[in-house]
Amino acid sequence: MNKRILVVSAGLLALVVFALGVFFYTQQQAQQAAQLAQANRTALVRPHSPAFGNPGAKVTIVEFIDPACETCSAFFPLVKSLVGGSSGQVNLVMRYAPLHKGSDEVVKILEAARMQDLYWPVLQALLKSQSVWVVHHEARPERVWDLIQDTGLDVAKARADMNSPRVAEVVAQDIADGKTLKVTKTPGFFVNGKPLVDFGSDQLKALVAREVRSAYGK
Amino acid sequence: MTSTTSVQDKSWLWVFLAWLVALTATLGALFLGEVMGVLPCVLCWYQRIAMFPLVIILAVGLMPFEERCVRYALPLAVVGWIVALYHSLLYWGVIPKDLVPCGEGASCTDVKAVLFGFVPVPLLSIAAFSLVVVILSIVKKGSRNE
Repeated sequence: MNKRILVVSAGLLALVVFALGVFFYTQQQAQQAAQLAQANRTALVRPHSPAFGNPGAKVTIVEFIDPACETCSAFFPLVKSLVGGSSGQVNLVMRYAPLHKGSDEVVKILEAARMQDLYWPVLQALLKSQSVWVVHHEARPERVWDLIQDTGLDVAKARADMNSPRVAEVVAQDIADGKTLKVTKTPGFFVNGKPLVDFGSDQLKALVAREVRSAYGK
Repeated sequence: MTSTTSVQDKSWLWVFLAWLVALTATLGALFLGEVMGVLPCVLCWYQRIAMFPLVIILAVGLMPFEERCVRYALPLAVVGWIVALYHSLLYWGVIPKDLVPCGEGASCTDVKAVLFGFVPVPLLSIAAFSLVVVILSIVKKGSRNE
């Protein structure tokens, strides 16, 4: 009976040590991520980054997005409502983190759509039809064109634009900034430079609410 | 009578020790993979498949003590040890890398698979499997001599 107690308590002790390890490790990681974002503020928003909402808003959500990422698609309505429902206090800046295979080509299509002022409608159409053009976690850029035609995009022009050096530059800069900020999963959120470490929709809402409170008082 | 009991107690203690090693290795692997986000390579998965069940099998064998559990645990530990040996040889370049069956995911020879800056994870694995194999062999030998 003594032995049983020994085994059970050793097992429990191991689990407690494990839990403590998780606690301290995640806390340390969160601290590091915050410091990293603080030290690399210029990497968060670039002049070329597409923005949504009131440019004068005091709270900025930076989202590193991969159009082929399912969670990005699921989060998009929430992110938009956080901006739309803020009466001008919150805006959104999009950065690319094409982590899926083939996704970098789709990101270039988005940039080409931006040249025709169709960034948001095309992004919306892409996220909605994701299941058609993302197959087994791999983006198929060729399937995209039919799905975004309804937005009024000049496809021939976009096909040419997406291979322009300017687009390549923007995408390369975003990928480099994502690496600097250690965005290894998408969507990657930063609110006024503070990373969303504990990922989740409620946590994102809370972080935005906290930043709005500290920026606008109340 | 007393001597049988003490032999049994000794065997129990050995199996308990092997269980502690398996438990530590299992939780360590989970911490590395799930908390620190180090992706397990293919060979790591095979070693996990051998290591994780040892925690359950040995725990069941410990309460109440059943020496037969060694018969079930030892083959698993030996298989895991073989994979760990292969992995370690790959890691140190004894076996050429182009023979590696690691197509997708993390590389089995990734130098980043290092703990505290200097302990390679494959070394930890082979150490854990070696300990379990040796301990369980001692128990098996002891029971045969009885």
